[in-house]
Amino acid sequence: MADLLFAAGAVLLVVAALGLVALWRTRAVADQMLAVQLLGSAGVAVLLMLAVAAGDGSILDVALLLALLAAFAAAAFRACGSTVFRARGTAGDAPFTGDQS
Amino acid sequence: MSLVFDAVLCLLVLGVGWRVVAAPAALPAAIAFIAYGLLLGLAWVRLAAVDVALTEVAVGSGIAGIVLLRAAARVPQVSAAPSAALRLGAAVLSLLVAGGLAVMVLGLPEPAPTLAGDVARHMPATGLGNPVTGVLMVFRALDTVLEMVVLLLALIAVWALALERDWRNAPPPLWPGPAPAPVDFLARILVPVGLLVGFYQLWAGADVPGGKFQGAALLAAMGLLLMMAGRMAPPEARSLRLRVLLLAGPFAFLAVGVAGFAMAGTFLGYPPGFEKPVIVAVEVAATASVAVTLALLVLGPPAGERRP
Amino acid sequence: MSGLADLFTLACVGVGVAFFAAGTVGLLRLPDTLTRIHALAKADNVGLAFIALGLLPQAASVLDGAKMVAVWLLAQLASGAVAQVMGQMANAAASGGAGPAPADAPGGGGAP
Repeated sequence: MADLLFAAGAVLLVVAALGLVALWRTRAVADQMLAVQLLGSAGVAVLLMLAVAAGDGSILDVALLLALLAAFAAAAFRACGSTVFRARGTAGDAPFTGDQS
Repeated sequence: MSLVFDAVLCLLVLGVGWRVVAAPAALPAAIAFIAYGLLLGLAWVRLAAVDVALTEVAVGSGIAGIVLLRAAARVPQVSAAPSAALRLGAAVLSLLVAGGLAVMVLGLPEPAPTLAGDVARHMPATGLGNPVTGVLMVFRALDTVLEMVVLLLALIAVWALALERDWRNAPPPLWPGPAPAPVDFLARILVPVGLLVGFYQLWAGADVPGGKFQGAALLAAMGLLLMMAGRMAPPEARSLRLRVLLLAGPFAFLAVGVAGFAMAGTFLGYPPGFEKPVIVAVEVAATASVAVTLALLVLGPPAGERRP
Repeated sequence: MSGLADLFTLACVGVGVAFFAAGTVGLLRLPDTLTRIHALAKADNVGLAFIALGLLPQAASVLDGAKMVAVWLLAQLASGAVAQVMGQMANAAASGGAGPAPADAPGGGGAP
C-alpha cells in the first residue's frame, strides 16, 4: 500500500511538473500563477497520500496549510495588480495584461 | 518506491529552483519562488520534519511569497540586467556553498552526533509532548526570545523607510478602492477557516507538530486577506493598541525570563510544576505579536495620502 | 476486508491521478487563461476528491479520516473561489487591455 501511494505520488509530481514546464513557457503571468495553483492541488493530494503512507496524521495539517496558503497566494497575486498600476501613476482597478518578456 | 518518489521530488525542486534564478523577469521569478516553497514543504515532510514543513509552507511560501510578489510588481523597469560576470560569480559562490554543505552533511560520522537523546530524557520535565516545541520554548528559549526581538527590529527598519511626515500614518492599503467581488468571496470563505487552523496550530504545537510561528504566519495571512478584500484597513502606526500587540510577545517572554531568577534560579527558568501554563501564556502573547509583525512587514512603511 | 479496502483505495487513487493528468492536459491544450481555469478548477478537484475518497479506508483513525474530508472540502471551496478571482482578473485584462503593461523584463521588450 505504501509503495502504491509513493508511486501514485511520483506520478502526480511528474504530471504537475509537466504542467509547470508548459505554463511557465507562456508569457502570460496569470497562466504562470495557474500553474502554481496546479502544484498546490497536486501537493495537497500528495500530502494526503504521504500521511497515509507514513502513518503520520500531522502531515494532514501540512495539507490544510497548503490548501489555505495556495489560495492566499492567488489572492495576493491579484492584489499585486493594483500596486503595478500605481507604480505607473494611474488610479483604478488594474488588471495584469499578462505579458512578460 | 519511496526512493523513486524522493528522486522525482528532488528533480522537481532543482528544476523549480533553476526557474527562480533563470526567470525572464521579477514577477515570474516571484511566482516560481512560491512554487519552490511549496515543494520544499514536501521535501521537509519526507525528511520527517513536519514542524519545519509547516513553517516552510506558511512563511517561506506564503508570507515571503506575497512580499516578493509585491516587490516584483513595484520594481520599475530595470534598465540593465546583471552582467554575465556577476551572474557567473553568483553561480560559482552558490555552488561552492551547496557543495560545502553537502560535503559536511555526507561526511558526518555514523551515527551522527546529536542531542536528541538528551532532549528526549528531559522532555517529561517540560510537560510538553512535542520535542521541537520543547527545544524552542524551554531548552533554547533564549534563542526564541532573541528571534522575537530581531523580528521587531526588522519591522522598525521597515518603518524607518517612511517619510518623516508619514511616520504615524497607516501603510497604504493592499487594494485601493472597493475590492473585486471574487476576492471578497474568497476572504469570507477562507478567513474563518484560516483563523481556526491558526489557533489550532498554536494550541496543538505543544504536543504535535505545529507551534506559535506557524499559527502566527497563518493568522497574519488571514489578516492580509481581509485587507485585500477591503474588510479591514491597515492599522495606523501611531495606534496604541497596535504597539501593545507588537510588544506583548517579546516583553512577555522577557518578563518570564527575568521572573525566572526569582522562581527557578536562572534566566528563563520556568517555575517548577507550572511550566506548561507559563509556556502557553507566553506562546499566546508571542503569536499575537508575530502575527501582527509579519502582516505589517508585508504592508510596508507608513505612507501619506498621496504616495510620492 | 482489508483486501477489499486496498482494492478500493487502488481504484480511487488511480482514477484520481487520471483526473489530475486529464486536468493538466487541459491546462496545456486549452487556448487561453479563462478556459484553462476550467481545467484547473474542475478536473483537478475531482481528482483530489477521488484520492481523498480512496484514502479514507486507510486512515489511521476516525479523526484522521475527518481531517482528510476537511482538507478536501477546504481545497474544493478555496479552488472555486480562486477560480473566480483568476477569472475576473483574466476578464479585466481581456477587456481593459488598453492599460499600461505590468513590470517588464530587465532590458526592455515589454508587452504592448
